Amino acid sequence: MKKSGPGTPTDPSKAGLSRRSFLIQGACLAAAAAGMGISCKDSRPAGNKRVAGSIIGSNRKAGHMLLQGEGITPTETEETGIVIVGSGIAGLSAARDLAKKGIRDFLMLELEDRTGGNSAYAVHKVSPYPLGAHYVPLPGVEAVFVRELFEELGIIEGYNSKGLPLYNEYYLCADPQERLFIHDRWQEGLVPQFGATPEDKRQYQVFFGMMDDLRKARGTDGRRAFVIPMELSSRDRRFLKYDEISMAQFLTDNGLDSKYLRWYVNYCCRDDYGCVMEDVSAWAGIHYFAGRSGSAGNAEPHAVVTWPEGNGWIVRKMAENMSEHIRCNACVLNIQNIGDKTAVDYLDPRSGVAKRILARAVIYAAPRFTALRSIKDLRESPPAYAGSFGYAPWMVANVVVNAVPEGNGAPLSWDNVFYGNDSLGYVVANHQDVALHQSKTVLTYYYPLTAGDPAAERQRAVTMTFDAWADMIIRDLSRFHPGIEKGIEEVNVWLWGHAMVRPVPKFIWGRARQEALRPLGRIFFAHSDMSGISLFEEAQYHGILAAREARAVLEKARPA
Amino acid sequence: MAYALLLSVFVISTCGLIYELTAGALASYLLGDSVTQFSIIIGVYLSAMGLGSYLSRYIVRNVITVFIQVELLIGLVGGSAAAVLFMLFEVAVHFRSILYSLIGITGTLVGLEIPLIMRVLKNRFEFRDLVSKVFTFDYIGALFASLLFPLVLVPYLGLIRASFLFGIINALVALWALHLFRREVLYARLHAAAGGLVLVFLTAGMVYSGWILHFAETLGYKGNIIYAKTSPYQRIVLTRDGDSLQLFLNGNLQFNSRDEYRYHEALIHPGLQSLREPKDVLVLGGGDGLAVREVLKYASVSSVTLVDLDAEVTKLFRSHETLVGLNGGALKSPKVHIINADAFIWLKGETGKYDFIVIDFPDPSTYSVGKLYTTTFYRLVQRVLKDDGVIVIQSTSPYVARRSFWCVVATLQSLGLKTTPYHTYLPSFGEWGYVIAKKTPFKMPETFKPDLRFVTPAVAQTMTEFPADMGPVETEVNRLHNQVLVRYFEEEWSRYTH
Repeated sequence: MKKSGPGTPTDPSKAGLSRRSFLIQGACLAAAAAGMGISCKDSRPAGNKRVAGSIIGSNRKAGHMLLQGEGITPTETEETGIVIVGSGIAGLSAARDLAKKGIRDFLMLELEDRTGGNSAYAVHKVSPYPLGAHYVPLPGVEAVFVRELFEELGIIEGYNSKGLPLYNEYYLCADPQERLFIHDRWQEGLVPQFGATPEDKRQYQVFFGMMDDLRKARGTDGRRAFVIPMELSSRDRRFLKYDEISMAQFLTDNGLDSKYLRWYVNYCCRDDYGCVMEDVSAWAGIHYFAGRSGSAGNAEPHAVVTWPEGNGWIVRKMAENMSEHIRCNACVLNIQNIGDKTAVDYLDPRSGVAKRILARAVIYAAPRFTALRSIKDLRESPPAYAGSFGYAPWMVANVVVNAVPEGNGAPLSWDNVFYGNDSLGYVVANHQDVALHQSKTVLTYYYPLTAGDPAAERQRAVTMTFDAWADMIIRDLSRFHPGIEKGIEEVNVWLWGHAMVRPVPKFIWGRARQEALRPLGRIFFAHSDMSGISLFEEAQYHGILAAREARAVLEKARPA
Repeated sequence: MAYALLLSVFVISTCGLIYELTAGALASYLLGDSVTQFSIIIGVYLSAMGLGSYLSRYIVRNVITVFIQVELLIGLVGGSAAAVLFMLFEVAVHFRSILYSLIGITGTLVGLEIPLIMRVLKNRFEFRDLVSKVFTFDYIGALFASLLFPLVLVPYLGLIRASFLFGIINALVALWALHLFRREVLYARLHAAAGGLVLVFLTAGMVYSGWILHFAETLGYKGNIIYAKTSPYQRIVLTRDGDSLQLFLNGNLQFNSRDEYRYHEALIHPGLQSLREPKDVLVLGGGDGLAVREVLKYASVSSVTLVDLDAEVTKLFRSHETLVGLNGGALKSPKVHIINADAFIWLKGETGKYDFIVIDFPDPSTYSVGKLYTTTFYRLVQRVLKDDGVIVIQSTSPYVARRSFWCVVATLQSLGLKTTPYHTYLPSFGEWGYVIAKKTPFKMPETFKPDLRFVTPAVAQTMTEFPADMGPVETEVNRLHNQVLVRYFEEEWSRYTH
């Protein structure tokens, strides 16, 4: 006999899209070159600080050893079949593919003290939380590898009579998913509704109508125009030409000048690619909206899967039973061919001990630009594409609060965004928790540094102290949640100097990416960088392809 | 001395405006429609000040003494106005008349202040100078108050405490004036004593303002509060109205002892009576033990597991004499195992199997409670159900929240369960609905325990008949990631209550 009054009225207009994971495979050298952060151990003394916490990563000190050249002398040498450099999603996917084919002689080297790259996570007594990427949209039919992995991990539990996948409902992002703080209150969904004029709404319709058409569009080659993984997209010029202009230009060319629409599209570009829409190729920008084609028997097509630790959950599952193959705190400083073997030299930054592994093949699953330093041939004769790979810096903070941040207009959601703000808002780590009563939570606060040129922004990030970051974050949060500062128990900051490759115009379908994709002898490149967009699915795709190529080398070398 | 009085002009004009703002804010808060409330309050207050100014002409002698008396009265009336209005709101029939009378009295007294003080000062300044000085301080005080009120007082003190604080300040002005003019004031000692009393009263009000606020809120209950406690999860309030008891959780009525047997008999007996030899029963929610009381009427039941989040509730219904009388000591029965845990989490780890499972949760009015009505949750329930077992779920009102009710049915059906929706009329709640779910079809029992007060075979037959206005409607299936039920529920109940 339980009656209770009505709750907060909800806005029926719900935007169909969610925050995109920003995802690069981590990798040894990922953070290596990550031009910022301080060493994991270098956390500050607890004294005279207003809030507990520290800058917990990434390991910039180790990463920057790469810039100092190859001056290390390995003291011991071992041999293996394949070395995988980097243990983000690309590296882990390569390793998983090798293991599934019964290959045991491979080693994975990771610069950080944990696996996962951009999908890394941390454990906290309130809730585990992500350090970067935190969800994957439902895979479409082309994303064969993702579906396979999801079946293996129990994310897809079966298929219904229509052949649609049935997802584990604990992993589908729980409702309410998204809210936006605009004009002093929260609305449901991220497309601005409060204050939007009929003209704004007309432009929303035009824009989302175009994206819908492009989602279904096929090129003369019969392929869909925008596909995840992007390699399988149509090569029809009609679509590739979007790579030549920016997303901002695309909107302008189509007469879309609504302030709210442009804010929303820019927000999506910053969220997915760490760049403002003036810097994002329209092909990449459209891909965000038109690339997702997943469906499910028990969820809406735009649903996503997520966990408290974000994609760290997948990392944890993929790294299970892999411990004998993984070496963390291993900074790869030199790779060179010696006879029919490839030498991979790495340093443990904690002990200063350098080691060499002789391998028959190498899967380079670290951010692509680091290869210009670590691979001897590239170091000595820089390729033409050397300057083409640009990277966006990010700051991700996990804020432990002792009260759930509510607010007027719409209830606390998984993703909580502030209109017109430099930060992207926050994701609630224990949103997926089914318990009725939650007194504490962890907010993962995302902040791409897009105020200026990436190099300058990287510099700005590195010069900011923990206190300065904590101040900025707390000040920002308390603008939307007055009084929240009193409930903040801890702030942990993770700085990604080179968080994700920047899909600037002409990069995705340009020459540099194609050239960088080509293997260097026995070295195969696998990283979402190779797609030009930093997505889980892209990293996995390149990881598996590289594993198959590397395996072919191994099999060729083996006497018949 | 002249400047001291000018300073007091500043202080009293600040106080005066604070009373006006407090009344305006309070009226908007309690009555809604802030534009109307503020306009009327300002109008009444200012016209009352006019009346006060007019009345000042009748004060011919002992001007300073009257001034001190006025100050003390303003402190007393203005200072306690917010608390009085809060307390009277729930009980007074003519709240608006009381509100405007209090505003009128305060305004009249404040209207007396300036004319009186000008008369005290008339011989110390030239007239031109006097008017200029007094009004300057008066208006500056107004500005100060209007900034202080929204920026400091409301956020940091709250209306009740702010109003007491300014009452105290008014009284202090009176005492200060008394000190300055101690030679001219009649009965100076008596006035000092009165001032002291006013100060003590206002200070006590300020210190106990939390209690006042709480007292004011509890006046919202019809019956007398006989128990109130805030647990980590909710506010538990038990009231007595005549010879009946009511339990409120967070202000929502859970049961009225007058007709709760109807609800609990209808919840338990159709399902439990249909089982041949029920042994193991699981009750989720229902920490009041009233459902358990009905379950224990079956001799074959050897074990009842009660899972309720709030230990304060189960403790109360195990120890409070009247409540133990109401649930027949059900929670003290050796057959009953009480587990204070989150049902969702607990079910995930449960391995036992049950013949009869009772789900008696609050209505799905929030997303967190909504989780307990999803496919994911029901799948966990299904896992601990014996093959021929029965589940019964309280499913809100099919009359008020028709789509919500049928959404629960659709959600259970989506898992392959056979459902039997039924409903009954409860005087305290209106039309109320339940759903029975099992793996095989359910048939309503043809006999019931003879000692039931409400459910009989004939009544039970009518329960499964749905009139056209509560009949089945198509709905979506409620899942963790869509929570359609909470959306239906919000929409339907808000339409009903507005």
